[in-house]
Amino acid sequence: MKRWILCLGLIFATVSTRCAGAQPGSELRFCIPSDPRTWNPLLVEDDASETIRYLTGGVLVRLNRQTQQLEPELATAWKVSRAGNAISFTLRRNVRFSDGSAFTARDVAYTIAQLMDPALHSPTGDAFRAAPGKVITRIADPYQITILFPAPVVGLAKLFDQVAILSATSPEHERAVLGPYQLADYRGGSFVLLRRNPNYWKHDSAGRPLPYIQSVRLDIEQNRDIELLRLLRGEIDLIGSLSPESYDRLSAKAPGMAVDAGVSLDSEQMWFNQAPSAPIAEYKKAWFRSTNFRRAVSESIHRDDIIRIVFHGHARPAVSWISPANRAWFDSKLAPHAFDRSEALRLLAHDGFTLVNGVLHDRAGHAVEFSLVTNAGNTPRERMAAMIQQDLAAIGIRVHVVTLDFSSLIERITRSLNYEACLLGLVNDDLDPNAQMNVWLSSGENHQWNPGEKKPATAWEAEIDRLMRAQAASLDAKKRKQDVDRVQEIVWKQEPFIYLVDKDALMAVSPNLHNVSPVALRPQVYWNIDWLWLSNSGSRRP
Amino acid sequence: MKTMRAVALVFLAAVLAASMAANWIAPASYARQFRDQPDAAPSAQHLLGTDDLGRDRFSRLLYGTRISLLLAPAAALMSTVLAGAIGGAAGFAGGWIEVCVMAGTDLFLSLPWLFLLITVRACLPLNVSPVVSVAITFVLLGCLGWAAAARVVCADVRSFRNSDFVLLARASGAGGARLLMRHLVPNLAPVLAAQFWISIPVFILTEANLGILGLGVAEPLPSWGSLLRELESFSGYSAQPWLFAPLLLLVLTVSSFQIVLHNEEVAG
Amino acid sequence: MTSGGSADKPGMADLALSLAGGEPRPARAVVRKLARHLARILVVVLLGGFLGATLVRVAPGYGVDSEELDSRLSAESLRAARRAAAPQEGLFPFYLHFCERLLHGDLGESRLLHMPVRQLVAERFPETAKSVGLGLALAWTAGLGLATAAVMTAGGVDLLAGLLASVLVCIPAAVLALLFIMVQAPARLAIGLILFPKVFQFARNLLADAAARPHVLAARARGAAGVGVFLRHVLPVAGPQLLALGGISVSMAFAAAIPVEALCDLPGIGQLAWQAAMGRDLALLVDLTMIVTLLTLLANSAADLAGLGRP
Repeated sequence: MKRWILCLGLIFATVSTRCAGAQPGSELRFCIPSDPRTWNPLLVEDDASETIRYLTGGVLVRLNRQTQQLEPELATAWKVSRAGNAISFTLRRNVRFSDGSAFTARDVAYTIAQLMDPALHSPTGDAFRAAPGKVITRIADPYQITILFPAPVVGLAKLFDQVAILSATSPEHERAVLGPYQLADYRGGSFVLLRRNPNYWKHDSAGRPLPYIQSVRLDIEQNRDIELLRLLRGEIDLIGSLSPESYDRLSAKAPGMAVDAGVSLDSEQMWFNQAPSAPIAEYKKAWFRSTNFRRAVSESIHRDDIIRIVFHGHARPAVSWISPANRAWFDSKLAPHAFDRSEALRLLAHDGFTLVNGVLHDRAGHAVEFSLVTNAGNTPRERMAAMIQQDLAAIGIRVHVVTLDFSSLIERITRSLNYEACLLGLVNDDLDPNAQMNVWLSSGENHQWNPGEKKPATAWEAEIDRLMRAQAASLDAKKRKQDVDRVQEIVWKQEPFIYLVDKDALMAVSPNLHNVSPVALRPQVYWNIDWLWLSNSGSRRP
Repeated sequence: MKTMRAVALVFLAAVLAASMAANWIAPASYARQFRDQPDAAPSAQHLLGTDDLGRDRFSRLLYGTRISLLLAPAAALMSTVLAGAIGGAAGFAGGWIEVCVMAGTDLFLSLPWLFLLITVRACLPLNVSPVVSVAITFVLLGCLGWAAAARVVCADVRSFRNSDFVLLARASGAGGARLLMRHLVPNLAPVLAAQFWISIPVFILTEANLGILGLGVAEPLPSWGSLLRELESFSGYSAQPWLFAPLLLLVLTVSSFQIVLHNEEVAG
Repeated sequence: MTSGGSADKPGMADLALSLAGGEPRPARAVVRKLARHLARILVVVLLGGFLGATLVRVAPGYGVDSEELDSRLSAESLRAARRAAAPQEGLFPFYLHFCERLLHGDLGESRLLHMPVRQLVAERFPETAKSVGLGLALAWTAGLGLATAAVMTAGGVDLLAGLLASVLVCIPAAVLALLFIMVQAPARLAIGLILFPKVFQFARNLLADAAARPHVLAARARGAAGVGVFLRHVLPVAGPQLLALGGISVSMAFAAAIPVEALCDLPGIGQLAWQAAMGRDLALLVDLTMIVTLLTLLANSAADLAGLGRP
C-alpha cells in the first residue's frame, strides 16, 4: 500500500513539475473560450475569432477604446460625404502584407467587394447595408479610394473598425494580414499561436518595430476557474473577462492583478413573451402586454441585492438599453427604477390584480404564475433567477425557474416562442445605436418580446419604429441623439425589456505585463497590443 | 464485519430519518434567502453556513438528501426490473434472440442519451414543479440505466439455463413458466438485489453529474447534485472546507450501501 | 458469484479456443464465425449512427445557432444562417447520403468548427488515446495490484481496498477531475481513479473465484507457497477473463474520458463530443456515436470471445 502511494506521488510530482512550466520568452499568453469558428475576418461572429481578427487584421481606422474616438491606421485620412453615402480614404504608403505583397487601394476594393457580397452573409457587411443596392468602389490612384453606398449609412467611418483588409493578390488569402500578428500555429481544442508580423508598418518614436511582444499564445480554455488558477500560477498573463467571484478571490490573493474598469456595455435583462402566436394561455399574454404588470414586476425586483449578492458589487442598476459606458449615447436624464413593492402592488391593483392569502390573482381569478427560462450553466443568471423568484413571491407571484441548454433556449425564444419569460444578457460591442435596429424595429427578428411584427402592435412600438428610422436616416448627430434619447425614455417607461443590471468590466492583468490601460470596451486589456511589453521575459523595454 | 454492517445500517437509517424529518429539524426553509448573510461561515444559526444566496446549507442538505435518497432507490428499482426482464428473457431464450438483445444492449450503451433528457425536459410544461421535474429525471435515469445490468443478468440466466438442476427439472417435465418462476427467478434474486443496491449510488452520482451540467433539479429545490455544484468553483475550497459536507455525506452514505451490499454478498 | 463461463456458450467458446489454438477447428468455420461477428458489428454500428442522428434531430435546439441573436444580421443573412444550421434534407435521405459518403471515407464536415470530421478525429484521437492509456495504466496498476493483495492476504487489505474503491466510486467524475487540477496534477489521471473501483472489484472477484477452485485449494493443502500458487494456479485460470476485462475497461475509459476532457478542456474526443452535443453538430455527433458504438462492440465482443460474458 505504501509503495503504491509512493508511486502515485511520484507520478504526480513528475507531471506537475512539467505542467507548472516557466514563463516563456516574450510570449503573451491568455485564454480564449473556444476554437475560432472561422479564419475569415469578414465572417467573424464568435469571441475567439474576434480576438484573432483584432490581433491579426489591419483596419483602415481604429476606434480608440479609451477615448472612444477614431484614429488613423492604414488610412491616414478619411472623409465622409455630406450625403453620408460615400467615404474616401487616403491610404498609408509603403505598407506590406505579412507575405510581402504591397498594400494598395485594390486590396480595399477587393475587401469591400467580398464584404458586401450578398452570398457571404457577413455580419460585419450587414452593418453597412442601409438599403438594397450595389456598393461601388472608385480607385483614383493606388492610395486613394472612395466607397459609394446606395443609401446613407450612419456612423459610417466607425464601422470600418471591424473591417480587416484582405489581400487581393496573395496566394495565402486570409493568412496574408496587415495587423500586428500573423497565424503561426493552431492545434484544435488546444491553442492558437500568433507570431509578430515581420512587415507590420508601425514603429515607436525611437524607430523600433511594433508590437514589442514577439508572439501571442491563445490557449483554448472554457473553464473559468482553471483560467484563474493558471493566472495565479503565472501560466497566463491576462484574463479579459472575470466573474465577480473570481475578481474577489483574485483581489484577496493578488490585489494588484484584479482590475475593475467600470461599467461595461453588457447588460442583463428579462422580458415577457408578448407574441400573439406564442403557445401560451391568452390570459397570461394579457398580463404580459400590460405596462403596469411589467413595471410592477420591475419595481419588485431588488436590483441592489442582485448587484451585492450576485455581482459582489461589480455592476450597476440598469436604466435602459444603452449603458452609461456608452458615453456618447447614454441618456443621463434617466434613473434606474426604484425598488418599491407598495408601488408595484398599486400598479397591479390598477389593472385589477388582487392579493389573496399571499397569492396574486388577476380579474378572472387566475393565480399569477409564470416560468422564467434562462441558460443552464450560467451561475450568475441562475442566481439572479432565484432572487427574482423570491422577490416576486413577496408580491404573490409564483415563478418557476427553468434552466435550458443554450441551443434549446434559442430555439424557444426565436422559433417555437414556447416560453413565458426569459432572463438573458446581451453582449454589446458596437457603440452606435444603429447596430441594434433589428432589436428595436417592431419588424425585427431580434425584437424578442414580439419578433417580426407585421405592423407595430402598440402605439409606443410605432413611435420607436419612427424614431429609430429617423435616427438611421439622419447625419445630424444632435438630432440622432435626441431621437435615441426619446427611444431610451420610451423603453424605460414601457419596459418591454426589464433591464436589471449593467455589469462592470472585470479583468486580470499580470504585473509582468506593462503599458496596460484597461477599458470597459472589448478587447478590454489588449486593445493597445502594439504597445504592451512583458518584463522578465526577454522582451526589450522600449 | 457484522459490527461494520450494523454501523452502516444505523448510519443509513439515521440519514434517512433525518432527511424525512427535515420539516422539523431544518432551521429554515431550503428556499429562504438570508440576503444579509450570503456565503456565511458555519455558526450557531447556520450549522454549515449559507450558500451564495444566503440559504442555510444544513437545511438544504437535509432536504436534498430526502430528494436523492427517495428517488434514487425508486429509479434503481425500475432499472433492476427492466434489467431482470430484458436480460432474463434474452438469457432464457438463448440463440438468436439472445444475440439480438445483447447487440441491442450494446447499441443502447452507446447512444447519446443526453439528447433524450434534453428532449423530454423540453416536452414538459415549463410550469411543472421542481419536484415533478426531478422525479421525471430519475424515471428517465431508471429507464436508461438497465443496459449494463441486463448483460450481467443475461449471463447468469444463461449459466443457470445450462446448469444441472435446470436440466434435471426439464427432464422431469417442468414447463417454461414453471422453470422460470420456480428455479430461475429465485436463483436470480441475489443478482437482482445486488444490481439494485449497486444502482443506487450510480443514480445518485448521475443526478449529481446532471446537476453539474445544469440538467438537474430546478431552483430552489436542492438535491445532492445541485449541492455538489458548489464544488465547481474550487478556488474557494481551502477557505470554505464546509463546502465538502454534501460530498462527505454522499461518500459515507454510498460507503454504507457498499458495506451492506458486501455483507449481503458474503451472506449470499 | 461465479463468472459466466465460456463453456456456457459453445459457439463463442469454440471460436475462442480456435483463435487461441487450444483445440483444432476447420479454418473455414472460424472465418465464417468471424465474418458473422463483423457483419453484426457493422449492422449495429450503422444502426447506432442512425439512432444517434434521430436523437439529435428530434432534440430541441437542432438547427439553431447562437448567431441568430446577433442584432447586426440582416433578415436575409438570418434566413441563410438558419438554412445552414438545419439542412432541409429529411432524416432518411440525410443518413443515406451520410453512409454513401462514409463508403468513400468521407466522414462529413463539422458545422460547428468548419472542418472535416476526419481531420478533427485524427487530431483529437491521440490526446484521448493518451488520456485513456494513462488512465488504464493507473487503474490497472492499482486495481490489479490491490485485488491481488486482497486475495492473497488476510481480510484487512480487502476491507481497506474495498473502502477506497467505495470512496472513489462516490466522487462524481467532474469533481474528481477538478480536484486533480486543484492539486496541480494532470486531470487525465482522474480517468484512472474513475476506472480503478471497477477494475478492482472485477479483478478481485475473478481472482477470488479462481483462488477458490479445488485444484488451488489442493495445492495449498500440499503446502505450496502463496506467490507460487498465485502465479501457477490462480493467474492462469483468471487470465482469459482478466484479458477480457481489459477490453471492457478500454470502452469504460473512453466513456470516462468524455466528462473529464470536457470539464478540464483537454483537447480530445471527449471535449469534441461535448462541443458537438451543445452545438447540435449533426455530422460530428453521428460519427462520434458510431465510433463509440464500435468501441463498445469491440470491447464486449472481446469479452465474449474471452469468455467473460459480463461487463
